[in-house]
Amino acid sequence: MEIQPRSRRETRRLIFLIAPSLFWLLVFFLFPLVLVLAISFGQRGTYGGVEWSLSLQNYRRFFDPLYLRIFGRTLLIALTTTVICLVTGYPLAYFIATRPPRWRNGLLLLLMIPFWTNFLIRTYAWLLLLRDQGLINMLWTGGLHNALLWLSNTVPLPVWGRLLEATSTSLSLFGTNGAIIVGLVYGWLPDMVLPCYAAIERLDHSLVEAAQDLYANRVQSFLRVILPLTMSGVVAGSVLVFIPSLGAYVTPDLLGGAKSVMMGNVIYSQFMSARDYPFGAAISFVLMTVMLVGTLIYFRLGTES
Amino acid sequence: MSEQAVQLNRVSKKFGSVVAVNDVSLSIADGEFFSLLGPSGCGKTTTLRLIAGFELPTRGEVYIGQDLQGETPPYRRPVNTVFQNYALFPHMTISRNVGFGLEMRKLPRDEIQRRVSEALDMVQLPGMGERKPSQLSGGQQQRVALARALVNQPKVLLLDEPLGALDLKLRKAMQLELKALQHRIGITFVYVTHDQEEALTMSDRIAVMNGGRVLQIGTPEEIYERPANRFVADFIGETNFLEGQVTAGRPGEATVQVEDSLTIPVSADKAVGKRDVVTVAIRPEKISLHAEPPDDRAVAGVIEEVIYTGTDTRYLVRIGEQTIVTVRQQNVGVGEGASFLKGASIYLHWRLQSARLLTA
Repeated sequence: MEIQPRSRRETRRLIFLIAPSLFWLLVFFLFPLVLVLAISFGQRGTYGGVEWSLSLQNYRRFFDPLYLRIFGRTLLIALTTTVICLVTGYPLAYFIATRPPRWRNGLLLLLMIPFWTNFLIRTYAWLLLLRDQGLINMLWTGGLHNALLWLSNTVPLPVWGRLLEATSTSLSLFGTNGAIIVGLVYGWLPDMVLPCYAAIERLDHSLVEAAQDLYANRVQSFLRVILPLTMSGVVAGSVLVFIPSLGAYVTPDLLGGAKSVMMGNVIYSQFMSARDYPFGAAISFVLMTVMLVGTLIYFRLGTES
Repeated sequence: MSEQAVQLNRVSKKFGSVVAVNDVSLSIADGEFFSLLGPSGCGKTTTLRLIAGFELPTRGEVYIGQDLQGETPPYRRPVNTVFQNYALFPHMTISRNVGFGLEMRKLPRDEIQRRVSEALDMVQLPGMGERKPSQLSGGQQQRVALARALVNQPKVLLLDEPLGALDLKLRKAMQLELKALQHRIGITFVYVTHDQEEALTMSDRIAVMNGGRVLQIGTPEEIYERPANRFVADFIGETNFLEGQVTAGRPGEATVQVEDSLTIPVSADKAVGKRDVVTVAIRPEKISLHAEPPDDRAVAGVIEEVIYTGTDTRYLVRIGEQTIVTVRQQNVGVGEGASFLKGASIYLHWRLQSARLLTA
């Protein structure tokens, strides 16, 4: 069969169909992006405006040890968040996907319910849990400490002294990298679970039985059959968690306190307090490039295996 | 009889309140081609999965060889399975698929390579090793699944309707090929199918199952010629069932009154008493049609319908007032048409032992 040239009418219809999304991408994505790129080559005006130029000075400034350290910490936090989401989210997805079908939607719903609450409020809730006078520390220095005190009076053992000392002062949870990671993991876990669930649910269970029939024990059948065949979900989930974690702003702002800062907060402060638009734009671009390159490499690795 | 390969000892399997396998006992000899035959939902696949270890029995014992299996997981059982949909690993090449079992058992690399290529030769797929399963036809995938199981030289090969997805011609060819292969390598095959013709063609022995129970175990000939009950007679092949009351019985022979004016002669290998209500089963091809009564046991009838089906002609014959029996005659001649025409008065005749008394 010969391929017919597209009729004029069909071409017109196609243009009509893609026009809205094309318009959207041009006006709300490409144009702002070009604008930010242009600003990043400019210089900060005396009173905060942008003086247009073609200088690489802002990019050079990014390599200042101060910013590199923050960038390194941001990368570490985002990677840790992704790994924790993966090792907790994948088993959860596996559990849900292997329940009887009538249970699955209900369990997924349970996973989603907390996310009907505003993200900011949920992050504030963590603040109430983690801060020095928060719930966790109340239980630590109150409940647990008193329980240990009672135990040490009832059953004298040498270990109590150490434990009593540890529980007498509150834990500094708030304002640490750990607090940020907790908040991010909490925030992005469903983004890991859902793609993993979709991949695992699609997996033909007879393949797992075939592996076990061919002498693969549970670990071997997981590593050789289940994991490779659900890799698409792992890759998609990891990207969906890593990217927003790398650019996180609200979570580190609320849970990181003054001590722990991520790149998102630096960008924010450049735009909002320092009024240095060009530098903020340059950092944004570096971050975006890292995300893009990282994601591409990751996808390549993930689809190869 | 040689050594046993598989033995089930009063095995039951329940899923919740559903009894999938109900008190099944059977013993499969070493080197035997054994089929589990029955309609869907009869428990045949569950029985196979109990042997493979994918399910554990609720009650009873499963032996493979002399070994009680208990809760032994599938990966420690000396059996391999050919799955219904083949279950080839889509992300591995054919070679990796076939070599998977050997790799898991940590055999040396060069031995794996040698045995994989031998196995692919055996199923007539030489040189296909580097392809992916998706690049193969259904029939080829089926052969790969077979090679992947057989390469491990299992004590017993379990096959779950392996030919179900193939078209009729290919299925017929594969039936003979599988049977020949099994004969050549001498491994015990346990074969699940709902296709009675397939079971008859391939098996040394067949277990007919229904409702989780084994109804009869026997050679294809025993199952076909001497069905133990009505279900077996009905499921395997075509059968005329006539119900009636025993009017006279002596050892080996009885007469059954089907209607007021219709009595038929039957064979009775078990004792039947007068007035017992029984079912008589007669295969359509065991009945002959005659213009004149060949002896005093012939039954008179009228041809109601003549159906030409290629190899055979089927006659629906009314005997008595309202009893219709099917008679099958092979079309030996060419273009001669049916021997008898619709509406003709004829006589039916069968050998005594062809009319079987069934009690259930």
